[in-house]
Amino acid sequence: MEGECRAPQARSSGLPAGGGGGESPGGDAPLPGSSGSSALLQAEVLDLDEDEDDLEVFSKDASLMDMNSFSPVMPTSPLSMINQVKFEDEPDLKDLFITVDEPESHVTTIETFITYRIITKTSRGEFDSSEFEVRRRYQDFLWLKERLEEAHPTLIIPPLPEKFIVKGMVERFNDDFIETRRKALHKFLNRIADHPTLTFNEDFKVFLTAQAWELSSHKKQGPGLLSRMGQTVRAVALSMRGVKSRPEEFMEMNNFIEIFSQKINLIDKISQRIYKEEREYFDEMKEYGPIHILWSASEEDLADTLKGVASCIDRCCKATEKRMSGLSEALLPVVHEYVLYSEMLMGVMKRRDQIQAELDSKVEALTSKKADTDLLTEEIGKLEDKVECANNALKADWERWKQNMQNDIKSAFTDMAEENIHSYEQTIYYGPIYSSCKEKEEMI
Amino acid sequence: MEQALPDPERRLQPATLEPLGHPDAGLESAVGEEAEGARDEGPGDGTMMENNFWLKKIEISVSEAEKRTGRNAMNMQETYTAYLIETRSVEHIDGQSVLTDSLWRRYSEFELLRNYLLVYYPHIVVPPLPEKRAEFVWHKLSADNMDPDFVERRRIGLENFLLRVASHPILCRDKIFYLFLTQEGNWKETVNETGFQLKADSRLKALNATFRVKNPDKRFTELKHYSDELQSVISHLLRVRARVADRLYGVYKVHGNYGRVFSEWSAIEKEMGDGLQSAGHHMDVYASSIDDILEDEEHYADQLKEYLFYAEALRAVCRKHELMQYDLEMAAQDLASKKQQCEELATGTVRTFSLKGMTTKLFGQETPEQREARIKVLEEQINEGEQQLKSKNQEGREFVKNAWADIERFKEQKNHDLKEALISYAVMQISMCKKGIQVWTNAKECFSKM
Repeated sequence: MEGECRAPQARSSGLPAGGGGGESPGGDAPLPGSSGSSALLQAEVLDLDEDEDDLEVFSKDASLMDMNSFSPVMPTSPLSMINQVKFEDEPDLKDLFITVDEPESHVTTIETFITYRIITKTSRGEFDSSEFEVRRRYQDFLWLKERLEEAHPTLIIPPLPEKFIVKGMVERFNDDFIETRRKALHKFLNRIADHPTLTFNEDFKVFLTAQAWELSSHKKQGPGLLSRMGQTVRAVALSMRGVKSRPEEFMEMNNFIEIFSQKINLIDKISQRIYKEEREYFDEMKEYGPIHILWSASEEDLADTLKGVASCIDRCCKATEKRMSGLSEALLPVVHEYVLYSEMLMGVMKRRDQIQAELDSKVEALTSKKADTDLLTEEIGKLEDKVECANNALKADWERWKQNMQNDIKSAFTDMAEENIHSYEQTIYYGPIYSSCKEKEEMI
Repeated sequence: MEQALPDPERRLQPATLEPLGHPDAGLESAVGEEAEGARDEGPGDGTMMENNFWLKKIEISVSEAEKRTGRNAMNMQETYTAYLIETRSVEHIDGQSVLTDSLWRRYSEFELLRNYLLVYYPHIVVPPLPEKRAEFVWHKLSADNMDPDFVERRRIGLENFLLRVASHPILCRDKIFYLFLTQEGNWKETVNETGFQLKADSRLKALNATFRVKNPDKRFTELKHYSDELQSVISHLLRVRARVADRLYGVYKVHGNYGRVFSEWSAIEKEMGDGLQSAGHHMDVYASSIDDILEDEEHYADQLKEYLFYAEALRAVCRKHELMQYDLEMAAQDLASKKQQCEELATGTVRTFSLKGMTTKLFGQETPEQREARIKVLEEQINEGEQQLKSKNQEGREFVKNAWADIERFKEQKNHDLKEALISYAVMQISMCKKGIQVWTNAKECFSKM
């Protein structure tokens, strides 16, 4: 239950040393002024600070996508590469393959819920078999996450998709919502699988392999709800104290997290807003093209030209659809995951601070000689170890996380840019009015 | 914005005006529409001009717009915009142009000119003015008449109007038009002195004719339907285009926010910093590119609007035909009934009800002398009526012939102009895509270097 030190340094051969060598993010540089084109940012465009209703789920049908991360399917588009999550430590030695699919609705007298099928294929010895198939519901994922957080309070646990989307949802289980959630859950499990420490977590193994009744009984073994609640209250008090004595490198880390969180949230909002605008543009364009066809019915000489413009508009429409899917497949899920990650990171900082605060309060108690010094000294010794372990674990994981984040963000935006380029290329098709357009272009 | 002449393709062949020595030529046209109608044969294109002794070509431009304040008819302060009209004559030999006239006019004077032309040239599809109030606006455009962009587009529209009139083979010779370009003071009085407002057909009369006419020329009926369809489809198109422009604006501008956020984010990043920053710059470029794109589109919309308003001009010609035809039918009907009356009186049979017949029954028959007198009166009336009918028929035929000639000319112009405009629009879309490709290629490079 308390922080384990054993795993991080030993297993993570790909990581930089967890000790003092952690790279600190350049948090000293003052923020640059806005990029100069502040004219763009008039109130007319966006008021991103207000809570927008844009948090609705929108993902499209991923019929392109093959979600099985182990099947040797050639990526049909750059998009499909996104979901083959890139983890640069030892990709060739991956020995645990997980897929999440087949959402199914279950109706009981008390509630309705969805389960997802989880298929695990592995060559690891500690697993009894090489293939497992289980069904899990969201609650089970939540349990797993909480267990991982308890076991590794200062590791960066991958985020879960939100419990519900509060705004803009009429029906809790519409198809888009389920699909988005499914993809996110798939990612969640795979990220755990790829994490050098978490992948060997016992609860994780149980989650992947146990049958329903086995899982229930295993769950009951954990600390009860009440004790967990009790811890939370104490934890809050402690974390306040921990902030003050935070070492420099963690101050920098915290600074980074704060700013990153701000920025990634903004980017999330911006991206969703772009999607919304594209969709509305698409809706208008769909009406726009046919008017030209209608007009061509009452014209003789102009009919061909009108039809040509209509087909041009039509292609514009298709291009917009492409851009929309580029956003919803490539960019939005990634950005949103990092929004959730940033919340997770703040939680991790808090927990680290709490652990530190525990130590500090004991040290303070010692200096004020309030209680038995011998006992205190022993406790302090243990706590010092605990703090060192926690800090080292975090530092190592932090580097790993940052590297992943960079790659993920880079891929996501690059792919989106690629989609946009394709979409515009697709539109440039002169069609039936080819020669007239070319002539005109030459004149310009 | 610098004074922009319409682009070369749209520039109409400047028409000639009669030299100053022939003021009567214009007056002639102001007075007699029949004479005017009789004068022009065949399609009204520019080649006719060469046959006459026009020595100079002219160029017309509406080069400036200025805000003015003054007192209106009710002695209240008002603000309006005045437009500078410059006329240049171009020497044939060396192509140099010399400024010959320059004066200021406001929109209401243009309206007056057009209303005058409508009355005196009812068989001509009179070029329309740019809209009085901004319509089909999308959110960024202002609906305010004083807005500089609106004023600028109106300036171009007014110039276009003048060029269209000047290149029309018949309208260009009109004296009042000539004076509009050359005589600043007193022009309004001169126009009003022609009494054209009195000659104008009343709306009510025209409406009545539309409903009651029995045998209008089929071509005009078709033309009327066509102009209705044209008006309806172009309005619809412009409405949707405005909405599309609005949405497109939104898409582009939101990307600008990326620029700001990337820039702020790059501050905390070491390796990603440069890539983010430069990608952000490209996002800014992308966002600001929409302004030029939509400005060009606005010109396209104005070209369509001109033909939207032209549809109304077409309908005006059709209405005039219906009015004339109705008039003719009424005259024929009147004549027929008089003839019948005459016949009845002569033969003594009463087939139809008449007041005279009634009074005869009540008060006794009239004397043969009285009857003779009446027959004579009627015969005179019938004679007159037949003359009138003949001339009305003649007028009608002339009208149809001349109107149809102008309509053919108009159709060709319309097909040419709209085809050009539509092709330009397609080219605009293509160029927008090319810009998009460029920006996103640059952005992609920055992203991949992060």
